[in-house]
Amino acid sequence: MNPFYSGTRLRDMIRAIRACKTAAEERAVIRKECAAIRASIDENDHDYRHRNLAKLMFIHMLGYPTHFGQMECLKLIASAGFPEKRIGYLGLMLLLDERQEVLMLVTNSLKQDLNHSNQYIVGLALCALGNICSAEMARDLAPEVERLLQFRDPNIRKKAALCSIRIIRKVPDLAENFVNPAASLLKEKHHGVMITGVQLCTELCKHSSEALEYFRKKSTEAMVKTLKDLVNSPYAPEYDIAGITDPFLHIRMLRFLRVLGQGDADASDCMNDILAQVATKTESNKNSGNAILYECVETIMSIEDSGGLRVLAINILGRFLSNRDNNIRYVALNMLMKAITVDAQAVQRHRTTILECVKDSDASIRKRALDLVYLLVNESNVKPLTKELIDFLEVADQEFKGDLTAKICSIVAKYSPEKIWYIDQMLKVLSEAGNFVKDEVWHALIVVISNASDLHGYTVRTLYRAFQRSSEQQESLLRVAVWCTGEYGDMLVNNIGMLDIEDPIVVTESDAVDVAETAIKRLGSDLTTKAMGMIALLKLSSRFPSCSERINNSIVQYKGSLVLELQQRSIEFNSIIASHQKMRSVLVERMPVLDEATFIGKRAGSMTGSASTSNAAAINLPNGVSKSSAPLVDLLDLSSDDVPVPSSSGGGFIQDLLGLDLSAAPEKSGSNPTPISGADVLLDLLSIGTSPPAQSTASATDILSNQEKSPTSQLDGLSSLSSLSANKPSAAVSSPTIDLLGGLSPNLASEDENGSVYPSIVAYESGSLRITFDFSKTAGSPQTTLILATFKNLSPNSYTDFIFQAAVPKFLQLHLDSASASTLPGSGNGSITQHLRVTNSQYGKKHLVMRLRIAYKVDDKDVLEEGQVSNFPRNL
Amino acid sequence: MIRAVIVMNTQGKPRFAKFYDFQPVEKQQELIRSVHGVLCSRAENVSNFVEAESIFGPDSRVVYKHFATLYFVFVFNSSENELAMLDLIQVFVETLDKCFKNVCELDLVFNYTKMHSILDEIISGGQVLETSSAEVVKAVEEISKLETASNSINFVSKTVSGWRG
Repeated sequence: MNPFYSGTRLRDMIRAIRACKTAAEERAVIRKECAAIRASIDENDHDYRHRNLAKLMFIHMLGYPTHFGQMECLKLIASAGFPEKRIGYLGLMLLLDERQEVLMLVTNSLKQDLNHSNQYIVGLALCALGNICSAEMARDLAPEVERLLQFRDPNIRKKAALCSIRIIRKVPDLAENFVNPAASLLKEKHHGVMITGVQLCTELCKHSSEALEYFRKKSTEAMVKTLKDLVNSPYAPEYDIAGITDPFLHIRMLRFLRVLGQGDADASDCMNDILAQVATKTESNKNSGNAILYECVETIMSIEDSGGLRVLAINILGRFLSNRDNNIRYVALNMLMKAITVDAQAVQRHRTTILECVKDSDASIRKRALDLVYLLVNESNVKPLTKELIDFLEVADQEFKGDLTAKICSIVAKYSPEKIWYIDQMLKVLSEAGNFVKDEVWHALIVVISNASDLHGYTVRTLYRAFQRSSEQQESLLRVAVWCTGEYGDMLVNNIGMLDIEDPIVVTESDAVDVAETAIKRLGSDLTTKAMGMIALLKLSSRFPSCSERINNSIVQYKGSLVLELQQRSIEFNSIIASHQKMRSVLVERMPVLDEATFIGKRAGSMTGSASTSNAAAINLPNGVSKSSAPLVDLLDLSSDDVPVPSSSGGGFIQDLLGLDLSAAPEKSGSNPTPISGADVLLDLLSIGTSPPAQSTASATDILSNQEKSPTSQLDGLSSLSSLSANKPSAAVSSPTIDLLGGLSPNLASEDENGSVYPSIVAYESGSLRITFDFSKTAGSPQTTLILATFKNLSPNSYTDFIFQAAVPKFLQLHLDSASASTLPGSGNGSITQHLRVTNSQYGKKHLVMRLRIAYKVDDKDVLEEGQVSNFPRNL
Repeated sequence: MIRAVIVMNTQGKPRFAKFYDFQPVEKQQELIRSVHGVLCSRAENVSNFVEAESIFGPDSRVVYKHFATLYFVFVFNSSENELAMLDLIQVFVETLDKCFKNVCELDLVFNYTKMHSILDEIISGGQVLETSSAEVVKAVEEISKLETASNSINFVSKTVSGWRG
């Protein structure tokens, strides 16, 4: 003993640590202790080894490094005394890891101790081996452990059984050696040996199919009999938990039976009776009884089908669900989750109870129940389930709302039977928990709204009401409301498209403008919302000319905004309102229907991470809207659906927003850019920042190849314009780029100047309406084409309030004269004519294209038809 | 398989920790802290099960019981019966109570090696070894007897006064 070593006693160290008031003090005390222990270790001081290691274990528990004590463990294990060995083995289990090489050194000591005459030392060694055995140790020591399975003292036998489990986990090949001794453990009467023996057999079955076969044949019946005896056994106080005899053994045996019965009809058949007995006879007013029932249910669900038992099992779970104990409800939900794959019908019967659990006060239970409800939803029950969930959304905890909202949105999107229901539910969710709604969810909603043309009016009015009602503004509700107000503001004010279920509301034009202004002025609004508010204002300025002045004033306020996006919009929109009255209505007319298929495809595409060119381009959009703008662009822009946006075009964003043609940018980048004809200020305005030099031929080719790949859907908005140009016969020329860059145009243009006569076309034809276009040019201005549109009604009923509208991309200017009449008689008896004048600023390079919208009334019912004209004669 | 047994007080100070799959000491502390964070925010009248896959990885469950100033936490995987684990905590605590005669936090602080011996008689290598607290107490008493016996042998052999009695 070192007389100078004055280490503290263990108790004193613990007291000193407990007395520390701060973490720093504690660290200091421990540093001092560790230094003393290290010194003692260095001196190889064996008298204090025991105490040092005990201290180190405490220090380890507090989270300080103790690796320097590892060798001390080995030395203590190697010493003769029981207290030393005990603390040595405890230290070994705590401080060492099976991966450490130092562990190899302990194998020999373990071997000796496993053969020790003192059975408590054998017990210590078995316990340590069971905790830290590595594969090498398993191979070396398996024979010892195998022998100990037959040791006279049951306490050693049970420890040896668990140690065997560890060994076969490490080295599955050793499993066969243990099968026979394990089988003999099953015949034991001692509960502790039985419980570990059953565990060992279960583990053996997991690792070796031969063992599984063996136990199935030899032990199934015996196991059933043992379980029967246990169930009927008289009161055994030492294994009694709350009046149930040895629930742990019950559970282990049921689990073992499950392994034996799974996939084997005979074995399953053999255990049916006992399972039924356990399921019906076990008392269910105590936790331990329920633990047995729970295990029994799992076994019934896993073994081969026996219809009667399954019903019994699911009914037990149903009873669990209405149990007052939270734990029981929790495990029942867990089990029902598994059961739903086996027997969904039976689980459905407990739907109402499960739904109640969604409202539980316990977060764990709520979450489980919600997951389960999500799995239970199908077409037939979606309406009542959604209603319950949405009602609950009002009162749900804040932290639960996110989960709940996501699940509701997913259910509604997946199973919605009709559009109006979908819109209704989504609006409710937005009003209740809009802040929890993910971006892609409200984007999807807007796409659906856009497609439901008969519900536009209804939706915008409902949104307006929700907007008025909601006290604390939910951001995504505001966004959807603003978007719809911008698009369908006129329907809001004039109560257009009333459904029978609605009450009319009185909304003035300025009320509608208020909505958009709120979005911009509200303190919490983020950039996306503000930008959407701006667009809505611009759109409303054209819908409500009387408010134009007021709108302009509010837009102008952002001319000095520090946010580039808002500033740019403010300046550009101001210019549109102030100086381009004539084209404003064309520019900001209602969005064409958004393509659902494309949107869904895009979502799927972006989820798998395979961003197509057009996606990538959209994300790269300039003007600082970066992240949030991408989906916004997708929504507002029809062209980007399948025309890739050249990512380097600065003004592209605005062009996109207004749905104008995009291929202009690459065209201008050609080697001989034509001066822009006419005083088209707007074109300048809209292409600010387009940087022709940046456009390389490569990117132009890229764009072209993309267009060729994308299916040319003629109905797909203005976008088909570009695909059209790519598909022209002249594209047969070896290099398609030439066509795109307009290299071929001069001789074609000269043809026009000869005043050639253009053939008439049928611009649009539906079952009930035919529109033909006749063309002529005025001498001296080849860019301008005069079009005479003739409308014929093919249906037997006459049309009243006939209105024809047309829209063209930005390189065209369109002037419509008034129509010859507003009533179109039926059966082709008579027609309406209307003159159009189109000026092509890219004359010679680009061809005419036009979208049409025809509105009329048949028997006082509104009809709206839309179409696209892309079969114009070339060179107009 | 049981993956860990943790005892901590309501302030989050670990009083006992045993991990059956090895965790480095820093990781252990982190796990204990996260579990404490979850437990102390739970209300009184809720279930004893906690969603803990975010803390312990997939296929892990946590059951806990709150006694006076202490949380007893068992971490285990799907091969164990949740309700039985709850009973096993009960067995563990009852055994501690019998061994320490009305156990309190301080007993555990000063006798953590004994606590390890007790747990080692209940769980070994993550498997349930013995579920009767009477059996466990018996085994632990045998160990204590051996300890004191060998201590007194040491004592006797080292001091002459021992001979005089």
